[in-house]
Amino acid sequence: MTGPSQPVEDRSWTVRLRSWIGRLVPPGQALPDRQPVYVASWIYVFGVLTLAGFVVVVATGCVLAIGGTTWWHVSALGHFVNSLHLWSTELFFAFMVIHLWGKFFMAAWRGKRALTWMTGAVAFVGSIGTAFTGYLSQSNFDSQWISTQAKDGLNAVGIGAWFNVLDPGQMLTWHIALLPLVVGVLAVWHVVLVRRHGVVPPIDAVAPVDAGPPVDAGPPDGSVVDPGDVVRAG
Amino acid sequence: MTTTRSRHRGDATPDAHLFPTRPYDLVKEFVLALVGVLVLTIALAWIFSSPDEKAITMADWAAGAPSDVVATATGELAGTTTSAGYGGPYNTNGDGQSLGPLPLQRWAGVRIPVDPSRDLVLTPLSRVSGDPELTAALARYEGATAEQQQGWSSAYADALAAAPDGDPTRVAAGEYGPVPVLAARFLDLARSGGLEGALTSEGTFYGTDATRSLLLLADGAYIEDQARAQNLGGDQWGMMNETGNYPGQPWMWLYTFWYQVPPFSESDNADALVWGLMMLLTLALVLVPFIPGVRSLPRALGVHRLIWRRWYADQQGRNG
Repeated sequence: MTGPSQPVEDRSWTVRLRSWIGRLVPPGQALPDRQPVYVASWIYVFGVLTLAGFVVVVATGCVLAIGGTTWWHVSALGHFVNSLHLWSTELFFAFMVIHLWGKFFMAAWRGKRALTWMTGAVAFVGSIGTAFTGYLSQSNFDSQWISTQAKDGLNAVGIGAWFNVLDPGQMLTWHIALLPLVVGVLAVWHVVLVRRHGVVPPIDAVAPVDAGPPVDAGPPDGSVVDPGDVVRAG
Repeated sequence: MTTTRSRHRGDATPDAHLFPTRPYDLVKEFVLALVGVLVLTIALAWIFSSPDEKAITMADWAAGAPSDVVATATGELAGTTTSAGYGGPYNTNGDGQSLGPLPLQRWAGVRIPVDPSRDLVLTPLSRVSGDPELTAALARYEGATAEQQQGWSSAYADALAAAPDGDPTRVAAGEYGPVPVLAARFLDLARSGGLEGALTSEGTFYGTDATRSLLLLADGAYIEDQARAQNLGGDQWGMMNETGNYPGQPWMWLYTFWYQVPPFSESDNADALVWGLMMLLTLALVLVPFIPGVRSLPRALGVHRLIWRRWYADQQGRNG
């Protein structure tokens, strides 16, 4: 609770929000230029590839949005942009699934990282929903067939009463606004949690005792910094 | 030898920030990843393009399978189509599916009301002007009792089913009342290209909701025939397939898989069962860190020894 001696400006909502944001990740860990030495595998690339894929999917979707729902049916350029949107989506999912399996094999939820796993898993499910509504928004035969098939599953569990796959207007707004927003927020939350807790150490790995404060930056020569050396020397 | 400590009770995973570090350029990695994904995307789009199978129009349907249009319109009047006996969220004509003892479909109620005979057939026909025979047929049908309407429609539906190729011109004579005229004019309306507008613009200038058009189309056999020809049927892994030779939605493989195997492939409640199972599995995926046994699988599988092989080799060297 704020003490009586605390200046009024320190109790303001703005200061509190700034302070909260400042504490989200340890100092120097928002964009660190060093990583633990065990971060040395190609599997780590798939997390950032997933993010890059998401950026390309959103960017190509924005270009499609400029032309409107039927542009890509009547324009060669629009069709090419649709192809970019389709293939970036396929790549995005391929990268995300490999990333997910990699994190499973690493048991990446260890060390208070359960929420990191959960936000990633929900983002994966949200991405499936986003892609699904995209298929329903194509305004072609594929949309007709998928929607008439999918309605039965959604109606069978009561969801179809509110989420009408036969209504392309509703599906389009979910596809280009609501679901990308959800996936985007989850992705940001996920990345913040990764930076907050750091990359999960190997299974059964041990850290040096009394290693001191976290290492924010290493020497400019790029050499390995080992906080445990101090302890071992003692 | 390095001494150790645990960070949390019951979880010996140490703080990642206590480990030795090495240079790692995150921004450069992201920019290179972005460029790589962009180049790969452009290459795939350039080489493979994307499918765009034109939507089926009602005129296409009328031209490709006129007998199916007539049979579907008659079925809507007779109450024998899928929509006519569907239940929620369209009407109360059926109980719908249940998830075990939970009738979720019925509980959700009728939130998108559709009366198939009225909304899909009679109302569009009533908007046609300048056709005295149709006007008279509609008046006769509307003036009849529900029992009489049902008798005419069912008799004509049965006669169409018995006719060679379902051809309306080869139907045996019978007591069908005005139904043959209504069905024939419905086919004319579909041929004219005016049926979509009559269905989707119900009461509004902007027609963005295709619920009625799609329900009608799905009640016929034509769209399914077209889909099955492209291996898109429900028992052909259809939900994850795409028209042409494109990858579609392979991430839906598990959802689609259940429809291919018993008991789901043989159940009238398949949709509810598959959705219930998938919701359970999705919840399990999200809660993996808390599920005993599952959360211990990675250690037993040992793939982590491959991922962190350099770290483990280095530690072995130090300790050995």
